[in-house]
Amino acid sequence: MNALGAAALGAALLTSIYALVAAVVGARSGDRRWVDSSRRAFYALMALLVLAVISLEAAFLRSDFSVRLVADHSSTTTPTLYKVTAMWGSQAGSLLLWAFVLSIAGSAALFATRHSHREVAPWATAVMAAIATFFVGMMMAGIVFPDAETYPFATFAAGMVPVEGAGLTPLLRHPAMAIHPPMLYSGYVFFTIPFAFAIGALITRRLDASWIRSTRRFALIAWVFLSIGLALGAFWSYAELGWGGYWAWDPVENAALMPWLVGTAFIHSIMVQERRGMLKMWNVSLIVATFALSLLGTFLVRSGVLQSIHAFGESKVGLPLLVLIATVLIGSTLLIISRADSLRSERRIDSLLSREAMFLLNNLLFVGLAVIVFWGTFFPLISEAFTGQESSLAAPWYNRYTTPVGIGLLLLAGVGPLVAWRRVSVSALRRMFALPLAAALAAGVLIVAIGGGGSEPLALALFVAGAFTLAAVGQELWRGTLARRALTGEGFPSSLGGLMSRNRRRYGGYIVHIGIALLLIGIAASSSFQTSRDVRLLPGESATVGDYTVTYVEPTSQAVGSEQKLVFGAVLDVRRDGEQVAVMRPSREYFSSRTADPTAPLRGFFEGEATSEVGRSGGVTRDLWTAMQPDLTSFEPIIEEGDEKFERFAAGIDFDDPAQVQLLANLQGEAILGLGQRYLDETPPADIRFNVNPFVIWVWIGGIVGTLGALFALWPGAESRRRRVGDVYATRLARELRRT
Amino acid sequence: MANASACDNPARMNPAKKRQIRLVVALSTAVLLAVALIYTSFSAANDAIEPSQLIENPNGTYDVTGKVAMDSVERSELLRFEITNRDGSDGVPVEYEGQIPDPFREGREVIITGALDDSGTLIAEKDSLVTKCPSKFKEEYGDDPNIEYEE
Repeated sequence: MNALGAAALGAALLTSIYALVAAVVGARSGDRRWVDSSRRAFYALMALLVLAVISLEAAFLRSDFSVRLVADHSSTTTPTLYKVTAMWGSQAGSLLLWAFVLSIAGSAALFATRHSHREVAPWATAVMAAIATFFVGMMMAGIVFPDAETYPFATFAAGMVPVEGAGLTPLLRHPAMAIHPPMLYSGYVFFTIPFAFAIGALITRRLDASWIRSTRRFALIAWVFLSIGLALGAFWSYAELGWGGYWAWDPVENAALMPWLVGTAFIHSIMVQERRGMLKMWNVSLIVATFALSLLGTFLVRSGVLQSIHAFGESKVGLPLLVLIATVLIGSTLLIISRADSLRSERRIDSLLSREAMFLLNNLLFVGLAVIVFWGTFFPLISEAFTGQESSLAAPWYNRYTTPVGIGLLLLAGVGPLVAWRRVSVSALRRMFALPLAAALAAGVLIVAIGGGGSEPLALALFVAGAFTLAAVGQELWRGTLARRALTGEGFPSSLGGLMSRNRRRYGGYIVHIGIALLLIGIAASSSFQTSRDVRLLPGESATVGDYTVTYVEPTSQAVGSEQKLVFGAVLDVRRDGEQVAVMRPSREYFSSRTADPTAPLRGFFEGEATSEVGRSGGVTRDLWTAMQPDLTSFEPIIEEGDEKFERFAAGIDFDDPAQVQLLANLQGEAILGLGQRYLDETPPADIRFNVNPFVIWVWIGGIVGTLGALFALWPGAESRRRRVGDVYATRLARELRRT
Repeated sequence: MANASACDNPARMNPAKKRQIRLVVALSTAVLLAVALIYTSFSAANDAIEPSQLIENPNGTYDVTGKVAMDSVERSELLRFEITNRDGSDGVPVEYEGQIPDPFREGREVIITGALDDSGTLIAEKDSLVTKCPSKFKEEYGDDPNIEYEE
């Protein structure tokens, strides 16, 4: 099975090289046979990579430790779901995932455009094949350079096969984390499609909006994937990490946020080109930037460059990725400059009060935000290069810039839909803005009246902007529905449904705006008005956090042999005004892992491979969140004593005798159970973090609403059906004309 | 078309000049933002230093890298310990509140962010304590005597 995957990957390299050559020959000569052949080669590439992925997944599911990747990232005790997802926990596996998703997305794009874009599509095929060649080539290069760990099918020599694998890092054993990486990667990869077609359009100078029309759906799919990936990452951080937040401006988070920001700008600005023939150069530049940032996202996570410039030298995939990014940037820039004459706008902006001007402003803010995040992310490198001292920027620095820009964008999410294309008259302006402005004012007054926001002017500004945008979008939906009802005489719900499904792209976008408004309101409320306290409690003791009284009722302990896991927990009784509001059970899970010192089977549990199981009790207005960590200082002497005993015992054991090895394992199990019992009998104090996070649920609701809105916009609606019928006629007509 | 829309525009100013002004405004905004970013990031960033350097430069917030001194850890609501250079010299007392990473032990290398107060104690920022991994037991299957192999 492994040989099959290895053979498929080798064939994939040849196939992608062939697709590249055939596409270039076809594009230059105009010979359709070469073009068709390159497209089919790309389909074949997909089939081969599917085969490679299946064969690798089979190795994971069968726990075939003769495959290095399986031994390094999975184990027989790993739950089945995480065996499947362990593939992308590794470097080689994530490269395979990249190429795999690219082959699927590219095949879909080539299939969709097989009858159109006769000039652009061959070059787009060439670009996609080149990128696929790069990723598959990097994997195959791992055969020659085994240290690089890029070849997914590397095996151990006979006799060197371990009986058990290292397992998946416990922190990543969370459902959100299982699907988070493929979501992000799919997001990155789907941006390849509009990028490839943009390059094709540049080379052939077909720079009208047709490349946008046929690939904007892929950009939107990429956006949905990236959004889901970001949201899952945030949720994982909130539910699994013991610090209580969902966003930390961590470089790895930023790496995914940057392509999202520029990609969002792109999705907006292409509407201006489709509608008004403007911003052509801006749009090709944005998609180049988005794609380069997607590659950068992969690079940042995989190269370790942000730990230090020096760590970069140790990574074997960093340099090739950097060369690819540089090639993409330099090549695209030269191409854009050489096509500058074809990229002139067909029109100019008539008025600063027009939809296109709002789109432009929105774009500047999104790109500005990306620049801020980029600077902050790379600041450790910049400062190390300039001052010789590595220094880093913390969340307050980011917040200082991102909050005002975020407020501006939120306002624009409401203003944009209200403003017409070309120009708005003052009277129309007054009519459109009256209600949203009144809503914003009312919200501001209300929030100040109930005593919120006075101390947090930025949060207050964000709430006001949120109210404005929600009212503005609501008003648009309301007016549209009324107009349609007057026209068709239908009831209100079916008028609303009819209105929205007639222009899915527009109204899907409005739903996304609603989602973003909810999300930002949730972020502002939960970060500005959080109550957080760290307390140290023994069983029976209580502490007051805000309006709540938290009592440590009793300790809990559990040992799970199959997962090599020891759980210490606490039962907390939470009361408000004497009335019980929740019973929470936070715990700390300690995992034995092979990355710890193998000569210390007990200490190995407490050396950092621990995860927090957070206690949560959610509501519409507030989340109670708690994490605990027992202070195990008092356990240290007995853990050390136990490990010494083990060492002495293990020294006299014959490892060839399975019975004696089993005995050793049993002893370890008993010692662990003993520790669990001791935790219940002589419970050490626990450090408990108790947070009251207002409105945090709206962050998730906003994320879900936004995603649904984008899916609504993506769903093939009446317009695209009409267009498809038109395409078929056009193709048929072209065929007839050729015949005559 | 371009002409028609320009005629609609009741522009009192020459359009080319207007564009120039817009360009200048946009460019200066971008330059201002860039300067602000550069200035604030260099002033807001914390340099990474060792305790001995901290003693020499007692003002300002730093990311201090050092070792946790033996027999110095005291846990209550606050975590108190002493951080020293890697060779054990130049101890600085630390007061910290927040999450304590599991591998935190005496003798381990840690990074913590904070500023010295008047008494010479490093008052650390909440949740800023990071413990470096004690050592990396990277699985070298061929060399490790503790791993069994299939025949």
